[in-house]
This record gives sequence, structure tokens and C-alpha cells, in this order.
Amino acid sequence: MASEHTIHWAGPGLTRVPYEVYTDHSTAQQEQARVFRGATWNYLCLDAELPESGSYRTTFVGETPVVVVKDDDGEIYAFENRCAHRGALIALEKSGRADNFQCVYHAWSYNRQGDLTGVAFEKGVKGKGGMPPTFCKEEHGPRKLRIAVFCGLVFGSFSDDVLPIEEYLGDEICQRIERVLGRPVQVIGRFTQALPNNWKLYVENVKDSYHASLLHLFFTTFELNRLSQKGGVIVDESGGHHVSYSMIDKSNTDSSYKEQGLRSDTDRYRLKDTTVLEGFPEYDDGVTLQILSVFPGFVLQQIQNCLAVRQVLPKEQERTELNWTYIGYADDTPEQRIVRLKQLNLVGPAGFISMEDGAVGGFVQRGIAGANDMSAIIEMGGDTTVSSEGRATEASVRGFWKAWRQHMGDAVQADAGAAQ
Amino acid sequence: MTDLLALCAFNAAYAHVIDSDALEQWPGFFTADCIYRITHWENEREGLPAGIVYADSRAMLEDRIAALRDANIYERQRYRHILGVPRVEHADADGAVASTPFMVARIMATGETMLFASGEYRDCFTVQDGRLLLAERVAVCDSTVTDTLLALPL
Repeated sequence: MASEHTIHWAGPGLTRVPYEVYTDHSTAQQEQARVFRGATWNYLCLDAELPESGSYRTTFVGETPVVVVKDDDGEIYAFENRCAHRGALIALEKSGRADNFQCVYHAWSYNRQGDLTGVAFEKGVKGKGGMPPTFCKEEHGPRKLRIAVFCGLVFGSFSDDVLPIEEYLGDEICQRIERVLGRPVQVIGRFTQALPNNWKLYVENVKDSYHASLLHLFFTTFELNRLSQKGGVIVDESGGHHVSYSMIDKSNTDSSYKEQGLRSDTDRYRLKDTTVLEGFPEYDDGVTLQILSVFPGFVLQQIQNCLAVRQVLPKEQERTELNWTYIGYADDTPEQRIVRLKQLNLVGPAGFISMEDGAVGGFVQRGIAGANDMSAIIEMGGDTTVSSEGRATEASVRGFWKAWRQHMGDAVQADAGAAQ
Repeated sequence: MTDLLALCAFNAAYAHVIDSDALEQWPGFFTADCIYRITHWENEREGLPAGIVYADSRAMLEDRIAALRDANIYERQRYRHILGVPRVEHADADGAVASTPFMVARIMATGETMLFASGEYRDCFTVQDGRLLLAERVAVCDSTVTDTLLALPL
């Protein structure tokens, strides 16, 4: 086996990211093992998507296919979607209801907890063939995941060493999830967006509060999000999770964009039908925008009344699948539901404020071809990974790299200390 | 009488304004209080109401075109719509209910052409002042996946 490829990180601290991390194939394989199948919690689905015993969904942890299923005891189980026999997928549908699972190839069967329970012709046919008597079904089966359910979010981990979910997330992130998911939700739509870039470029984009009002004109023009609004960025201690939030301050007439002559401010653009943005107060704290990420690839989004969770799945080193699950609350009135459906025009593959995010990662991926020995600059707001009031910072992007390098076994020792 | 040929001609003109970048004319194919939505067959099968585009007025369609022209950032691209023959469920002097299969190729500025979407329009047509208009068009895509982004309408 080839020796491990070493990525060269320039400093200072976490402010330089070598472009190689988005293109190198051995890095991609390492992060499957160390990040996705490592000591992390990976979002699998919503509790609400497994309504009854036997309900299941198939999804992925990184590139690894998994089955998530609710059993009669009311608990959720997850196991690799890989038959212990030859490695074929056990479940082929995206979702359904099953009493048990049977591989189509040779009919080996599994219960809802992923135990191998049946081997076709185990004793042979008419005394001939069959498995040797020493074959023990209990010793074989797809790898099982640990499961943690937090506020209706089902997370799975292949690691025995992963922290308990609330410790993994930390108090601040837990509170910010509870804020949105503290009551029962309903799925109102699912969409998948195929992104032409490495998964990390999308996660960085989510964490990057610096770009939001520069790239997304729609946001800026309608005063949904300005850097000078009240708000801030929270980065957890591990660096891997973040919250970016803001509150609309209508009394604040802000000229900082005009003074800089930036593209993202025009007066002539006005909506003919403003009902697309009309909402209703829903949270006591007045926060109108909260984007929250959990390492490695989960996003919870509240933009006014527009709620969604996003699952970021690496497909190849330069391809990513972004799964959007649009949600409302189970007790929504019909009028509230319509408001959410209309505000969803803001997000998703055709979203007024999200569509650019689908493309911009591809612009980077194409731009860095031939620049493997060069690095991105992530120095806005200094070199720290701490929470801050302003959002003209890349602290949460640096936080992502702090966590990623920690999991990859390449932690930034001295600098990480200095950054605290 | 709203006949098959009228629906075919309507769809041909509809596709032409999108494919020829005459997007400002696109909302004119709809009634003022129209429904226009883009979704996919899995959501439809499960009765999930959301769309990646969800409009309940012609003004919202006009806003979307304005946003595409003035606000949103995306690489130069165009579509080629290939529309099938409408399957007419009902038609009379006042309008029609019909479904029309579509395939849409996306042509990027780089020269790449790809099959971007296939699916079916589920339509309710109405006649207003002698003109055939869409009271509702739901573009139900066959695939659950959208490549990169959807900027231009289907």
C-alpha cells in the first residue's frame, strides 16, 4: 500500500487552506475513515420520518450506505446497508416499512437491528452443500451504528469513542437546535441538489457569514441579512459546529454597502408580490435568521419562517449531494403552511438566496485546478475560531478546519491553543 | 373549443420564450392568480406540497425573472425544451386540463449540453378574453436531483 500522502499546511494558524484538500484522492479516502466513520455524529434522518415500527430510510454516512429503522421497542437502529455475504445492498428503496430485510442476491436476511438471522440453504439441499457447521451467524453482519436522537434529529456514528451527543454539540449548539426543533415537525418536501464540488467547499460556504450579503443580492436588497445588523457567529469549542444568526433592525439605515460601492446594493430592484417574504413572528427572541451546522455535514436553517435541514454527502472528491428536507411544524395552520411554502422560494436549488451557493463551490473547484500547491486565505476576523458579535469574520470556517484536522490526526497544536 | 392543436401551439410558444431568452414574456402565459410550481414525482407521490419554485401569482413569476436578470448570480446558460403531445383529460370552451411531457437540455457557456430535466407539466388552462392562459402549471420532474442550480424556469 502506498504511503500516506501528507498535506502541507501553511500558516499562520488556521488561516491558510491548501487547495489539495479539495482534490487529493488519498485525502478523500482518509476522511471517509477518520471523519465520517470516525468519532463524529452524522445526521441520518428526522425522527418524524420513522413514524411507526418497521419504518425505515436508507441514507449515507459519508459514502457508506446505511439503513435507519425503527423497531417494535420504539428505538431507532442503524446498520450498514451491506449484506454480510457478498456486500450487496440490503435495502434498495429510499424509504418504506419492513418486518425484516432480505438481500435480493442470495436471500440472506436481517432483523430490524441489523442482526444476520437467516442464511438461505444454510443446512444445504437434501443433505448436500450448505454452510459448514462452524459458521456462526452472530459473528457476521453489517457494521452497526450508534444512534443518538436529539430534538427529533437522528444521528449515527460508527465510532465507539464518539462523545455523547449533547457533549459533542455543546450547550450553545444544543440550545440553538432546541429553539427551532423543540416541537414536533412535519416534512413538507424533499429535494436533492448535485453540487459540482468537494463537500468541504459547501460546508465552508454554509459557515461563511462573510459571503452571505455579498454574493446573495436578494438577501441584501430586502434587508434580510446585512453584516451591520444585530447578530453574530457562535463557534463551539471543537470548532466544528457553528451558528450564524441575525435580527432585522428596520430602524437601522445602513450605508456601509453604498460607501463601498459594492455590487450587492441597488435601489431599483423591488418586488411586485411581496407576499413571498411575508411571515409571522414565531420565536420570542426576534432572531429572523439562524444557520446552524454540525460537524461534519449537517445544517439546520431558519430563515424567517422557512425551515429546512440539509445533509451534505460526499460522492466523489469533486462531487457532493445536498439533501434538503423542508419542514413545518405539525401544528401549523393552513395559512402558516402557505407562508412556509412561499418563503421556500428563498432556498433550495432554485432559491433566490441559495442558488448561488450551488454554483460557487464549482467555481472554486474549477478555479483551483492546477493550483494544488497553493492555499486559500481564510483570515477575515484574524486567526481565531471564537464566537463574535460581528459577522465580517471567517472564524467558523477556521473552526471547521480546526475540527477537520483534529479528526484527521493533523491537529494544529500550538496555533489552536493560541486561537483560544 | 380548446383543442389539442391550440394546446400544442401554446406550449410551443411557451417553450420558445424561455429557450430564446425572452423571459420577460414568460409570465404572460399565466393568469394573474396562477399557480406555478416545480417539484418531482416522489414529493407528488407522497403528497408533499413544497416546490423548488412555488408561485401563487403572476407577479411572483415576474419577480423571479427580475431576480434572474438583476439579482441572482449564475453562469450564462440556456435551455432547449422538447415538449411532447398533450394528453388532454378535459377540454371545453372555457379551458382544458392536460398533461404534457417535457425534456429540457441545458446548454452552458462552456459548451456543455446535458439533459437537465425530464418530467410532465400538469396543467389547468383557462380562456380569458379569448386568450388561452395557464391557471396552473405544476412541472413534475422525473428525477429528485437538480444539477447545480435551477435558474431559468421549466
